[in-house]
Amino acid sequence: MHAGIIFLLVIIGSILFHIFTPWYWTDIASNWKGMDDTITLTFWVGGGVFVAVCLFMIYCVFRYQHKEGRRAEYKPEDKKLEKILTWATTLGVAALLAPGLIIWNQYVNVPKNAIEVDVMAWQWGWQYRLPGKDGKLGTTQVRNIADNNPFGINPDDPFGKDDIMVESDVINLENNRPVKILLRSVDVLHNWYVPQFRAKMDAVPGTVTFYWFEPNKVGEYEVLCAEYCGVGHYAMRGGVEVQDKADYEAWLGEQETFEQLSARYEKLNVDGNKLAKK
Amino acid sequence: MSDEYDNNKSYQAQSSEVMDGSTGSVNPDIDYVRPSEVGEQELYHPHSFIEKWIFCQDAKVIGVQYFLTAVFTGVVGLILSWLMRLQLGFPELAGFMTAEHYYQFVTMHGMIMVVYFLTALFLGGFGNYLIPLMVGARDMVFPYVNMLSFWMFFVAVAVLMASFFVPGGPTGAGWTLYPPQTILEGTPGAGMGILLMLISLSLFVIGFTMGGLNYMITILQARTRGMTLMRMPLTVWGIFTATVLAMLAFPALLVSAIMMTLDKVLQTSFFMPTILKAGEVLEYGGGSPILFQHLFWFFGHPEVYIVALPAFGIVSDLISVHARKNIFGYRMMVWAIVGIGALSFFVWAHHMYVSGMNPWFGFFFATTTLIIAVPTAMKVYNWILTLWRGNIRINVVMLWCLGFIVTFVNGGITGIFLGNVSVDVPLSDTYFVIAHFHMVMGIAPLMVIMGAVYHWFPLVAGKMLDEGLGKWHFWITFLGAYSIYFPMHYLGFIGVPRRYFEMYDSPYMTSAVGMNEFISIAAFIVGAAQFILIFNIIKTLKTGKKAEQNPWKANSLEWYTSTVPPEHGNFGDRLPVVHRWPYDFSVPGAKEDYIPQTTAPSEVIHTEVEKT
Repeated sequence: MHAGIIFLLVIIGSILFHIFTPWYWTDIASNWKGMDDTITLTFWVGGGVFVAVCLFMIYCVFRYQHKEGRRAEYKPEDKKLEKILTWATTLGVAALLAPGLIIWNQYVNVPKNAIEVDVMAWQWGWQYRLPGKDGKLGTTQVRNIADNNPFGINPDDPFGKDDIMVESDVINLENNRPVKILLRSVDVLHNWYVPQFRAKMDAVPGTVTFYWFEPNKVGEYEVLCAEYCGVGHYAMRGGVEVQDKADYEAWLGEQETFEQLSARYEKLNVDGNKLAKK
Repeated sequence: MSDEYDNNKSYQAQSSEVMDGSTGSVNPDIDYVRPSEVGEQELYHPHSFIEKWIFCQDAKVIGVQYFLTAVFTGVVGLILSWLMRLQLGFPELAGFMTAEHYYQFVTMHGMIMVVYFLTALFLGGFGNYLIPLMVGARDMVFPYVNMLSFWMFFVAVAVLMASFFVPGGPTGAGWTLYPPQTILEGTPGAGMGILLMLISLSLFVIGFTMGGLNYMITILQARTRGMTLMRMPLTVWGIFTATVLAMLAFPALLVSAIMMTLDKVLQTSFFMPTILKAGEVLEYGGGSPILFQHLFWFFGHPEVYIVALPAFGIVSDLISVHARKNIFGYRMMVWAIVGIGALSFFVWAHHMYVSGMNPWFGFFFATTTLIIAVPTAMKVYNWILTLWRGNIRINVVMLWCLGFIVTFVNGGITGIFLGNVSVDVPLSDTYFVIAHFHMVMGIAPLMVIMGAVYHWFPLVAGKMLDEGLGKWHFWITFLGAYSIYFPMHYLGFIGVPRRYFEMYDSPYMTSAVGMNEFISIAAFIVGAAQFILIFNIIKTLKTGKKAEQNPWKANSLEWYTSTVPPEHGNFGDRLPVVHRWPYDFSVPGAKEDYIPQTTAPSEVIHTEVEKT
């Protein structure tokens, strides 16, 4: 069989696969539809170039197959053609870059009304903290971390007292309210990633990183670690539950503050000491 | 369109000889080439078997040594990939494999294929064999250092392989070796394994520097008379630029390897912040894990082009020879290679968009990354325009080239997805990335390597590889590899993260099971198909057809040696003198459809080629 035919079938097969694939992105559940749209745009432009280049190649393979005695054309350069191709490519690339940069600009500028969620990662799990009534998170230090202070909140920091400690690897979020995810890690790199939200960022020990999104679909989602973090990486899962305002506030009311948690541990301690004395 | 082109027009050729075409009379100086300014290189000829085949100073033997050692590591890498695919496609059959094993296989597969296989093969293998032959030199300029270079590489490979047998096994930190996990408990091989990896990489860089000095200086200083830079085959341009990149990029790897070794052994904190492990605060503090990533990718991104540029160069030559047509836009091709090489030092952080570095970097690195797409696209256009109106032999070599174009364009386009910062956010760390880089820097360069093997085997061994077996080898490899990596992009769209030992039953991942099985089966077949080549080589060496000199009717100097295969010293008594570029194919009016670089203008006086 002619080689060109097989190459042609490969290209046709690729297009058909793309049209009929059962594997495609999950339904989006956040505000980052622009990312999906840019992907779609890149697919059309890039896919078009791919198909065009391959079809041209296949045409040449059919049309200019070797014949004894025939000569190829001798034409080392074609300045005009090269110029046209360069500019056309530059334009195409710029057209793809522009929306990419516009969306990135949104991605790195967090809206003012975003609620902060402190995500702390460790080998291998997640913990969450929310600001309390004062709307501010207390400062933290890795060295402060202990059973009675899982986030290492500085005990002297007044902002830390009312911080809400979520004792679960599932975090609840309010629907249609932007969230600023603050990422911290106590040991190695991690990455808090929910495919339906599209967004992600590494958690880096020694620093706090962030990203934001606005969940817009009520439901439960799985959190995956998207940065290799050692042998338990694949099992480092968590969860997100996006709720309507009323449900969310009910859930929020049930959570313990840092002050309450400290008090509970103190009591445990006192009780423990009493037990020991007996 | 007819088969006849307008050959009455005068075309611009890339030859710089002076010629008076209008009257047909010959300028007396037409064949003049400047005399050489220095005497000939003295060669140390071997006196024993060991000097001839083991501690050898002949670049051609060193090239074959590099080639065979790299292929050995490649086979190890291939077997590791089979084990990974077994776990991903058929975990019930991989009961012996723990997560530790899986991550060790992933890591070693990646590091071996990128550094010890592809880099060593292109520069150490093809570079050593082809540079002196193509530029018309008797050998590399520092043959002894060249020999040391190979043996350093050999020791690096030995140390790397030794890490499979130390307590705790090889490192399982991922080939990017990101700290802090790389040197902490919780990552497999965080003891001896990672140390041996870092030592092996350091040895590799040292050995490579010795080789790289040779490639650069030989190309700059030891070209034969008449071989101007703009008459060099693109293969040499590709290897040359890649070597310059390597000399600038590898030090960053060496530095990060040294610093990480210190962090591991002496508890320094170059890359280590305050860390809490198992309730204990470790003796580290103040270091930056992101600093390592910057250093690593400052090496790692040029590394991609260290592999790609030689492939670009080689494939240009193969396409030109087998399409019987000059490479289209030679000068553009040269400047594209140089330009891509230079730009490759300004794009490294596109691997780090979601690493937690300052997000404002994203704007800069997305722009530089997409700029690099322009010269790369120009190269692609020029390859297909070289085919256009050619006289294309559809042989095994050409098939590999066509396979390269398809896979490279495919992988290049997905690179535009990942380079475009906000598009990278959902796709990074997913199977889309795996599919992208395997297509563009795994399969595409491999296609070129295979094409190059079929093309130059007659020169190296003096015998022609079997075309029939070659076609089977090509089609199974191309169709198989394409069906591994093309669908894999779509796993990335679903959101399947890379480096997952097991997917469990995440609702949106269960649909991936069927595809994983399919990909694994394809991977087993493609891997097995590579043994067709090994069989073909053995069979050819035993019973193959003897190759005539210059079987492809090529123009470049390596085909015009005094003997086939070329002996030590390459060109017999007299070095060749070069009068033209290597792409004078199908020159109008010439007797044959090719004019060797050594042919003087007066011998082809009836052609209508004019000076530039």
